Amino acid sequence: MLNLKTDKDKIQEDNIDLTKRRFMIGSVGTSMLMAFGGVTSLVKSASASALLANKSFNPNIWIELNDHGDVLINIAKAEMGQHIGTALARIVSDELGADWSNVRINHVDTDPKWGYMVTGGSWSVFQSFKPMSQAGAAGRISLIDAGSKLMRVSAESCHTENSFVISGQKKISFAEIIQKGKFDKTLTPDEMSKLHLKPIKKLKLVGKKSQALDIPSKTNGTAQYGIDVELPNMVYARPIVPPTRYGSKVKNVNDINAKAIPGYLGFEVVSDPSDTLQGWVVALATSYHGAMKAVQAIKVTYDKGPTSNVSEADIQTEGSRLVNDKSQGYLFVDDGDVNTANKKAQSNITSTYKTASAIHFQLEPLNATVEFIDGICHIHTGNQWQSLTLPPIAKALNLPADNVVMHQYYLGGGFGRRLFGDYAIPAALVSQKIGKPVKMIFTREDDSLFSQPRSPSVQRFDASFDANNELLSVEHALAAGWPTLSMAPGFMPDSVDKKGKVDPFSSSGADHWYSIDNQQVRVVNNDLAQRTFLPGWLRSVGAGWIGWGVESFMDELAIKAKQDPIDFRLKLLNGKGKNASGAKRLAHTLAIAKTKSNWQQNLGKDEGMGAAVCAGQERTMPTWVSCIAKVHVNRQSGEVTVKKLTLVVDCGLVVHPDGALAQLEGSALWGASLALNEGNAFKDGKISMTNLNTYTPLRMNNLPELDIEFVKSEENPVGLGEPGVIAVGPAIGNAIYDAVGVRVYDLPIRPQDIKNKLMA
Amino acid sequence: MIEFTLNGKKITSSEPEDTPLLWVIRDEFKLTGTKFGCGIAMCGACTIHLNDQAVRSCVLPLSAVAGSEIRTIEGLENKHPLQKAWVDEQVPQCGYCQSGQIMQAATLLASNPNPSEEDIVNHMSSNLCRCMAYKRIKSAIKTAASSSQSVVEIYDPKADSAQEIS
Repeated sequence: MLNLKTDKDKIQEDNIDLTKRRFMIGSVGTSMLMAFGGVTSLVKSASASALLANKSFNPNIWIELNDHGDVLINIAKAEMGQHIGTALARIVSDELGADWSNVRINHVDTDPKWGYMVTGGSWSVFQSFKPMSQAGAAGRISLIDAGSKLMRVSAESCHTENSFVISGQKKISFAEIIQKGKFDKTLTPDEMSKLHLKPIKKLKLVGKKSQALDIPSKTNGTAQYGIDVELPNMVYARPIVPPTRYGSKVKNVNDINAKAIPGYLGFEVVSDPSDTLQGWVVALATSYHGAMKAVQAIKVTYDKGPTSNVSEADIQTEGSRLVNDKSQGYLFVDDGDVNTANKKAQSNITSTYKTASAIHFQLEPLNATVEFIDGICHIHTGNQWQSLTLPPIAKALNLPADNVVMHQYYLGGGFGRRLFGDYAIPAALVSQKIGKPVKMIFTREDDSLFSQPRSPSVQRFDASFDANNELLSVEHALAAGWPTLSMAPGFMPDSVDKKGKVDPFSSSGADHWYSIDNQQVRVVNNDLAQRTFLPGWLRSVGAGWIGWGVESFMDELAIKAKQDPIDFRLKLLNGKGKNASGAKRLAHTLAIAKTKSNWQQNLGKDEGMGAAVCAGQERTMPTWVSCIAKVHVNRQSGEVTVKKLTLVVDCGLVVHPDGALAQLEGSALWGASLALNEGNAFKDGKISMTNLNTYTPLRMNNLPELDIEFVKSEENPVGLGEPGVIAVGPAIGNAIYDAVGVRVYDLPIRPQDIKNKLMA
Repeated sequence: MIEFTLNGKKITSSEPEDTPLLWVIRDEFKLTGTKFGCGIAMCGACTIHLNDQAVRSCVLPLSAVAGSEIRTIEGLENKHPLQKAWVDEQVPQCGYCQSGQIMQAATLLASNPNPSEEDIVNHMSSNLCRCMAYKRIKSAIKTAASSSQSVVEIYDPKADSAQEIS
């Protein structure tokens, strides 16, 4: 529906269109290196070995086989719990025929000549499956070529297994081939596309049980995160986060009470040419505890920014105004003719759904350690999107982008907060100014105050029906702060009415897979939200809060039509027209979930079941998920207990099944936590719940039974990090209605709200 | 100067006495397996053992540990049955909370080698896992508990410190 070229397409070209690049295999030192060609065309004449030795290749992934037979997979993806390296390494290793016990992963740093680096949007496996398979196959063929010559047998008689080339009774190890062979070969994209790939049923690593390579170090304290970085002669820093995200100015700093703190080194008022930081002061000390105490002791007076009085209610009032005013916003979907359909209407339903601010609360607080060496700024931190982060850092430092390098570490949680690495800027500016390495750690409260919250949102639905309660039309209007508008406006395509740009990450999910003849979706940027804070991409992003409205309202439509909510959905997931490519796959997951969950059977008093579906993050890479929740509602207190979540997922071929299951378990619980446990609120222009004494994500004592099934499929694999979040909230809301007849409109679901409605 | 035992070794810290132990063990003694999460003793990422009890090092002043035995994740030396169970059950996602989860769980098994489901939930609900790997944390504790009682006893922290003294 939106087909204009955006930055995201460029990213996809860099990744998917690895299939349009040369592939090089060459001897470098005592190893064999394999990589996709870089973007520059000047070097086409050089040999593969020479280019590889110069690192003139695409750095998103390259593979080294050394003369001991070790396979080292270098990848430019952030590891934040999804075990992405393991999934990609298994794809390559499987085609290669490598012994998995000799495979290792290296997460590479940025380098000015490297290509686009982003880990998010559940894109990684989706974009990499084919090129990674081809890379492995090309390596296998080269090893067979060289190995067959050494064994004096025909290449056709050979295959690879456990890091050996094998021909009948003869075999030779990859290590020996690399010790004796010389490799220098370039394959054209056309040759790559014609490589014979193993049929899926012959794969031994992809789709099989495996242990993630990053896990052992995460059980013994040796895994290194950004916060664990230490540099010689560094000083410790803690920020003093200003009262508003934008427009605050430092009037005066009084550190008289800090001077007695052991190790206190003074403060810096930060001036940031990139305007990311407005009104920042940083305290410095020889220890982090010293810096923490200094922040408490220093008094800063500000000219506060213009949004210093804004509350959550103000933002939501504005959101309500925007969805109710049809002149606001742009069309994201415009199917059929809602106006004509509305004229035939015999009855209508209007509902408004809201979600409160939510914050990432990734457990490793934001941090960065920075030093300058020979004019190059080295940033040590965990980050998901280096290519988005480097330009503002370079601008802040007044340096060419080539002079900034990011060194990657494990991420103690990302969930979208570590996409735009604004948190590295204060450390970089202070290090530049004082001429010393700086390690800046945000306390939890600092981190929350500098969060990029999921915006408060308002969605209004208007449905019309004919005399037989058949659905005629749905109008859907939604308003929120738009992360992409602030952080990556180049990613925003034109609206379908060509009146403006829309944030796909605040719209996706409204373009669902139900066939509704007359459907209009109007998306509106909530400018007050935009001015008050930096809206964030939070795990499952737009679809995460939009799905709350879409799937709750779908239940209202089913009830109005006097149909079972699952049967009603299945009827609309008929694959007509634009939905031909996938609605049936989604319906299939729902049908399985219905059976698997014993839908509407064995329900106790005040227990209920609710269903919801989602298609992941974007229509162009759908992950099909159905969720059925079983809940109990305490009529006295309004407390909701989630007893069981049944999820059925079709994500195509499952590359790393245990990792996929872990992602689903975690994301389903995220869905439950966002639905029941996490509601933040703006107060006086900032997030008011900054730590666990007030912001209360789900813990083990609220763990429901989880029953998760993957549909067996050989379709191209798609992402899994986020889609499991989306359907859980509305499934819980729908189950509450089923249990006690209360329709919940606001997320998070609050016991008091249910209690009030039960008493009304 | 505060003297205490860290993973079996007698050490002396010269940090100010009000410094939370977390920063002493991370920044002075370079044991970074213990993590900073919330700073108010509510997430459990900084959990260590103080005389065999699980405590939050982010709020424990250095002065309070004089003469005590401190054990961190590194002090389990990769030999605790929980560590093996954590790998077998593929528990960690981002992994940031897992040192604390393991240290918290270790004190459960030390006093209750065969915990019930309810025992596990009661003991572990004080530790936040933001990736929400709770299902696997629970099952790994069960696996370690059932692996065999003798294994758990060998790594009883009390037995450990007894060895260190001798």
